[in-house]
Amino acid sequence: MELKSLFLKANNELENTGNRPRSRRITCKKCGRQVSVARIRKNNFVCPECGHYFPVRARRRILMLTDKRSFVEMDRDMESKNVLDFPGYEEKLSAAREKSRETEGVICGEATIGGSRVCIFAMDGNFMMGSMGAVVGEKITRLFEYATEQHLPVIGVTVSGGARMQEGMISLMQMSKISASVKRHDKQGNLYIVLLTNPTTGGVDASFAMLGDITLSEPHARVGFAGPRVIEKTLNQKLPEGFQKAERVLECGFIDAIVPRQEQREYIDRVLKLHGY
Amino acid sequence: MNDIEIVRAARSENRLTSIDFIGSVVKDFVEFHGDRLYGEDRAVIAGIGRIDDIAVTVIGIEKGKNTEERIEHNFGSAMPEGYRKALRLMKQAEKFGRPVLCFVDTAGAYCGIDAEERGQGRAIAQCLAEMSDLKVPILSIVIGEGGSGGALALSHADRIWMLEDAYFSVVSPESCANILWKTQDKADVAAQALGLTASKLYDLGLIDKVIRSEDIPGLSDEVYAQINELLEIPTETLVTQRYMKFRKVGY
Repeated sequence: MELKSLFLKANNELENTGNRPRSRRITCKKCGRQVSVARIRKNNFVCPECGHYFPVRARRRILMLTDKRSFVEMDRDMESKNVLDFPGYEEKLSAAREKSRETEGVICGEATIGGSRVCIFAMDGNFMMGSMGAVVGEKITRLFEYATEQHLPVIGVTVSGGARMQEGMISLMQMSKISASVKRHDKQGNLYIVLLTNPTTGGVDASFAMLGDITLSEPHARVGFAGPRVIEKTLNQKLPEGFQKAERVLECGFIDAIVPRQEQREYIDRVLKLHGY
Repeated sequence: MNDIEIVRAARSENRLTSIDFIGSVVKDFVEFHGDRLYGEDRAVIAGIGRIDDIAVTVIGIEKGKNTEERIEHNFGSAMPEGYRKALRLMKQAEKFGRPVLCFVDTAGAYCGIDAEERGQGRAIAQCLAEMSDLKVPILSIVIGEGGSGGALALSHADRIWMLEDAYFSVVSPESCANILWKTQDKADVAAQALGLTASKLYDLGLIDKVIRSEDIPGLSDEVYAQINELLEIPTETLVTQRYMKFRKVGY
């Protein structure tokens, strides 16, 4: 039943491809094979040939996890300002808006999953690598505050390179701000499920990505605080195979489960129901 | 001094470190060790003492003063154990109703395979979340380098003070220049753009006080007055005000 509805959703997405021909093919980065876009979409953006996980836009991510037509977005129009007059930031923002077709790097709102009301946020890797500035921080904080008030669980999908340099300390302190709102939500006995996706690093890893009651990850996602190149440079040695990959992070004790994309919705639904939602 | 000069001053090897500040501000300091989970991290010094008649919990990131000490203290870059020790003692401070005083001086949390695999991100995140709800006053003073998340982890305080020649930044100016302009030579431009000095952060409303060098000898009195003032605030109000302090950042 679950699978059937997923396929239906994927098909609906396919109908919205504008004037792109259905037969369009792309080369899988991992296996190098030419695969039709339609097949990839049908397969939850996983390469049907080799199992490679393609990145998923925030908006699509929410569609994949929530009940059809249940998502109501919050704070959609909030846009970043160049408070520090950081050189080149405006240009970066417009390029990011164009690339992601979103106003900022996170989408927040309310939806249902298997009929249960949830608050959900999904970060967008196409928006300046999912970096966290004041707007991202504010939107996620507002979501946690709303969820606390409404006694709703929060489902968070993370993808981020960390705090956004162009906003200086304002962006770093979003870590403090969001973590405080997560703590308030937590104290009221509300559930917070994190789904880590590739990559979740830096200030996002060192704040709300690591504060879930239940921490899930996509297979092979990079999860860590410091960037691998920085560590390599600092230590002057090659990093071990699998380092900072979700599978290894789970072995280290920081992830509850690695959940394949096609099972995520059902998994989260089951966990929600077990919490009485 | 321009901004990059302040960054260099903050990194200078002959400046006062946490041990000096603990020595001059806190009397009867007793150091405690270990996170009770994995180990003892010498990059973080923690214990209890008193300021005049107030018993306090003190936590400082220590860089060390000579090569031997710097190695012992891992150049002031803490492992997850350091943050967990700090948090353990902050929770203990809460139990005994002691205010918390933090001295922050780090280029950043240690980045290495072991630190990652023992949960550096989680350790920092827990400090932020738990400090946001700690039922006792917290005062954090950045005395040198405020290097990104590793410094932020001990700065979720009711008041954040900075020395006038300290910096606090989301990223080091060198890394920033490297990422944005592919050269470290523009670190001065990055330092200027990042708004990382005490005076700029004060103007942005992100910190509460800039301590001038000439005020360092009288710091103990200022800390005492500040902690006393925070102790006057009812606990619930204190925690709410701390929430609002960070809540309004950026918006």
